[in-house]
Amino acid sequence: MHKELFPFFTHYPELVYFDSAATALKPQTVVDAEVEYLTLASTNLSRGLYPLAEQTSAHADIIRKLTASFINALPEEIIFTSGTTAGLNMLALMLEESLTADDAIVVTDFEHHANYLPWKELAKRKKAEFKVLKSTDTGIISESELIQTLTDNTAIVAISALSNVTGVMQDAPRLIEAIREIVPHAVIVVDAAQYIAHKAIDVRKWDADFVTFSGHKLYGPTGVGILYGKHNFLRILKPRIYGGGMVLDACSKETTYKESPDRYEAGTQNISGIFALGAAIDFIKRIGYESLQRHDQKLQKYAEERLTDTFGNLITIIGGKDYTRRAGILSFVFTGIHPHDIATLLGEKGICVRAGEHCAKPWHRNHGYSATTRLSFGLYNSKEDIDILITALIEIVDLLKK
Amino acid sequence: MNLYQDHILDHYHNPRHFGFLKESTHQSEALNPTCGDKLAITLLIEDGTIKDLGFEGEGCAISLASASLLYDTLIGTKMTDACQKEPSDVLSLTGLAISPGRMKCALLSLETLKKALCAKIES
Ligand SMILES: Cc1ncc(COP(=O)(O)O)c(C=O)c1O
Repeated sequence: MHKELFPFFTHYPELVYFDSAATALKPQTVVDAEVEYLTLASTNLSRGLYPLAEQTSAHADIIRKLTASFINALPEEIIFTSGTTAGLNMLALMLEESLTADDAIVVTDFEHHANYLPWKELAKRKKAEFKVLKSTDTGIISESELIQTLTDNTAIVAISALSNVTGVMQDAPRLIEAIREIVPHAVIVVDAAQYIAHKAIDVRKWDADFVTFSGHKLYGPTGVGILYGKHNFLRILKPRIYGGGMVLDACSKETTYKESPDRYEAGTQNISGIFALGAAIDFIKRIGYESLQRHDQKLQKYAEERLTDTFGNLITIIGGKDYTRRAGILSFVFTGIHPHDIATLLGEKGICVRAGEHCAKPWHRNHGYSATTRLSFGLYNSKEDIDILITALIEIVDLLKK
Repeated sequence: MNLYQDHILDHYHNPRHFGFLKESTHQSEALNPTCGDKLAITLLIEDGTIKDLGFEGEGCAISLASASLLYDTLIGTKMTDACQKEPSDVLSLTGLAISPGRMKCALLSLETLKKALCAKIES
């Protein structure tokens, strides 16, 4: 479906790309938008008084509004970052001042290191408690685990809405509601890096305090991302990255900063990335989340059936055999065959998959896997891709099984 | 180049000297934390010479085959010579052009060996 929209396949027509969770391929419209900035706009934001610079600023403002309406936020709640990792690290710094040694930060065991290490390090700096919610074998956080781990001193809860290992989608609004009920004053942070590529986000309905994602997993460019923050936080939190474009008075004894979002966007932004992010959001809106999900579910179902029918007891599907709970990602292990061997051999056959820990060591350790092999799907994948994969896997298993 | 050539698969499926020695003078264990590969070796050294060795491990074909290939060359070798082994020696034994992503797998065998033998010599 829609393979023709992705110039990648003009250059690599035979390649089967199952690594969209690492980074999605870019449609031509996204490439064009980036090139348009580099060739036609090419000026900096908010610094020039000549028409071209004004147009660049105006276009960036339009994209900020587009992004805001995409997740039902206000434009001043949208901070451009260089990606999910940058957003989470900056946020940890922004929240540092209000954290004390009596507080606890809670994450889950399926976090990407990007939503784990910034919090672990913050807890260490402030001598606060750092706690990890253990997920079930089916990839969710049970009510009892929440109740047990979210103690009264919980100040920050950071969770991923869709694990990049299991691909199991959390019921984000319900999970957030459950967390709110147990610890009403905790700041809730959602890593939506994977989720945003598969399901619409409504930050008003979710009621999370911060939500972050990257452009490049959303068919957009690398090097740009979004940190959404509730306006009541962004009005008061201090900026943590200092430089040009964010200050009202740099010479007064107490520096005064601009309002959000400017105060959190010091320095020259990734403007070509912002232009291309706008095109990526337009692309998603044009395809529609319903259609995205329908396509993904079709592939999930087919891949799960073919893998389990072909390999039976030899294969374990991570998170359990229930494709309806997954989005975008299907990870597996073969008994007695190392995931790296599978990925390398598939790579030699022109099939791109991931193998390893997927920057999520805590999950692998908690669930007893040293590594897993991960398929991840995009709009350009088809059932034929899965047939090619199965044929290749049969050969590989033959070659390597003991 | 294809990584999984016949001699690699042969050493993967039939590793030489697999299983620990009952009596050994030197032992070590090493991990490749990014892949979860694990190797452990036992050696019997007499008069500064490797008389016998045995290893066990779990992991990918590249790490197990390179261990089998390397260790198979060591019996009768002087301990000091074994300590001089370089990554290039292991790579030429495998005969493969190993990509940077798999280099740690291929060299885990050498790391395990050096841990068992060379700590004292080198320090
Ligand atoms: C769930 C999750 N969070 C965070 C990240 C980090 O995103 P980025 O590398 O774009 O900053 C990823 C990327 O792999 C991810 O899958």
